Amino acid sequence: MRQFTYAQAIREAHAELLRHDPRVFVCGQGVWNPWYAGKSLLDLDKEFGRERVFDCPVSENATTGAAIGAAIVGMRPIVFHARMDFMLLAVDPIVNQAANWSYLFGGQVSVPVVIRSVINRGGEQGAQHSQALQALFAHVPGLKVVMPATPYDAKGLLVAAVRDGNPVLYLDDRWLYDSEGDVPEGLYEVPIGSGVIRRSGKKVTVVATSYMAAEAVKAAETLAQRGIDVELIDLRTIKPWDRDLVYSSVGKTGRLVIADAAWMSGGIAADIAAAVAGDIFHALKAPIVRVCLPDVPAPTSAVLEQAYYVGAKDIVASVEKVLL
Amino acid sequence: MQVGGAAAAGRSLLRIMLLIRLVEERIGELVSAGEIKTPCHLSIGQEAIAAGVCAALSRQDTVWGGHRSHGHYLAKGGDLPEMMAEVFGRVTGCSKGRGGSMHLVAPAQGLYGTVPLVGATIPLAVGAGLASKLRHEPHVAVAFFGDGATEEGHFHESLNLAALYRLPVLFVCENNFYSTHMPLSARRLKDNIVQAADAAGMPGIRLDGNDALAVRDGATQAVAQARAGAGPCLLECRTYRWRGHVGPAWDLEVGERRRSELDEWMPKDPILRLRRRLIEEGLSVEDLDALEPAVRGEIEAAVTFARESPLPDDSDLFRHVYAPRRT
Ligand SMILES: Cc1ncc(C[n+]2csc(CCOP(=O)(O)OP(=O)(O)O)c2C)c(N)n1
Ligand SMILES: [Mg+2]
Repeated sequence: MRQFTYAQAIREAHAELLRHDPRVFVCGQGVWNPWYAGKSLLDLDKEFGRERVFDCPVSENATTGAAIGAAIVGMRPIVFHARMDFMLLAVDPIVNQAANWSYLFGGQVSVPVVIRSVINRGGEQGAQHSQALQALFAHVPGLKVVMPATPYDAKGLLVAAVRDGNPVLYLDDRWLYDSEGDVPEGLYEVPIGSGVIRRSGKKVTVVATSYMAAEAVKAAETLAQRGIDVELIDLRTIKPWDRDLVYSSVGKTGRLVIADAAWMSGGIAADIAAAVAGDIFHALKAPIVRVCLPDVPAPTSAVLEQAYYVGAKDIVASVEKVLL
Repeated sequence: MQVGGAAAAGRSLLRIMLLIRLVEERIGELVSAGEIKTPCHLSIGQEAIAAGVCAALSRQDTVWGGHRSHGHYLAKGGDLPEMMAEVFGRVTGCSKGRGGSMHLVAPAQGLYGTVPLVGATIPLAVGAGLASKLRHEPHVAVAFFGDGATEEGHFHESLNLAALYRLPVLFVCENNFYSTHMPLSARRLKDNIVQAADAAGMPGIRLDGNDALAVRDGATQAVAQARAGAGPCLLECRTYRWRGHVGPAWDLEVGERRRSELDEWMPKDPILRLRRRLIEEGLSVEDLDALEPAVRGEIEAAVTFARESPLPDDSDLFRHVYAPRRT
């Protein structure tokens, strides 16, 4: 199998979609330059022309609204936001318009748009360049939210998102861009709404999203060396998340750690914890533990960044805690 | 040598521009050396705008900026050692190590925050102007922003509000013809940012942004009108950023025209131009030459202060998320 980086996988998904579907176009700031997008859009403009792959003015609101309008009349746009923070300028078209459109008009018109944005972490960039706001959007009915953690899923979820027929937020993580993995040729889909078991185990279920799913793989290895076998679920889709998979795993292990590198309050982890506690309370042998970012804006100073970000060691500590 | 009022003002304008230039060159070196890690957007080549506009302001006038705001901070009287400590991520920094280069603050000098979300502070400046009006204070609010920011809705909405309510706001667009890697011509059909003022119903004035005296005089007039209740004004200051979008690199590979543009703009160096003018007006070469070593001394002292300052304590992470209650 070909080894691709996460960024290369995203790029290949774009390329194949552009090649095979004339309705697809790619727009947004930074599309012509690797500064923000890394290799994830590299030279797509050269390959497919600057009419279908176009860099935009600093106008997130209009750019996103235009992508949504084009989707409504039958195109398949992918609109790119170099940082999730910048995408907040487009909250009206995403939340008020795209999310509601199908419902508002009795299902007669829909919005097959992909809104892609990058979550940046660290680099002393601070509070306005580092926000992981998946929960904000997962809160809204009518939106789907995917967060691939591997190169394979990065490609397959983008294909599925473009073909979904609904507004899909595709959130990729800058800290995953250089990670490598198998990526098949051709247009394959990773189904939206389905998580995957990365490692099976009996003692504790770890449900992780995006970057934390990669960290959880490392954590599981450390724990295995200590004789603790965890079942690791990479959620892949945040909205709608895979209840069947999570419930059947927790039914088996009775213990749950949820790792999501976003703020704890009102987050995805809270949603999963509430659902598990509400639906399969009897299966639980220990309190649920969440591994999330503290409720603090991202600082700049490296010392504070280190205190702020969570990773494998926090997952390890939490798993040990639910086993106490 | 005794210098008259106008000459002294010109000299202090030159000193501020030199300070901005040399501070940013020093920051650039420290970024290259890996000692500074936070993204630093340098305004080298654009110093006349920050210095010229701020020379027209009083301390209580407020200034609002963006990602490229070292110059705004320094020209408005922000403390140099505190800025240096901030880019070094130190607890003695102006934002206590929470902000880095892109989030500077100096409230006592009327600088209530610079932030990197493009255009974000334009409406905030309108709010400061609104407060002046409601409190019957003479203070003017200045929004500094780039040509890229005029592509955001914020800009147009803010111009309209300020004009409608006749608020004492100066909108200062530093048109350096680039937004990251994208030249202005790839982002708008016409080079006509200044016309937005007309649509909103306020004067729009195009200035040579590399001519510090022209900027200062244009701003002085606009400030006088705003203070007199005549409402806002848009100043488009045309300039060019010498270095790349972020950091000290020259970004010659960005766009085919960067090299020829630099060849065109670097001879228009705002610092050399002002220096020549001041000499023509009778200031002595020795007097002006004395500025540089003094400024360099200040900068090295600031770097030493930053290096010797403590890093924040990680137990301090949660501090300042909320402000204390203030009734
Ligand atoms: C809302 C938002 N969109 C995009 C960006 C990315 N970005 C950072 S600086 C910049 C360039 C803005 O250009 P301009 O306003 O002309 O300022 P300059 O960099 O030229 O000083 C862009 C697009 C951002 N920080 N915020
Ligand atoms: Mg610009």
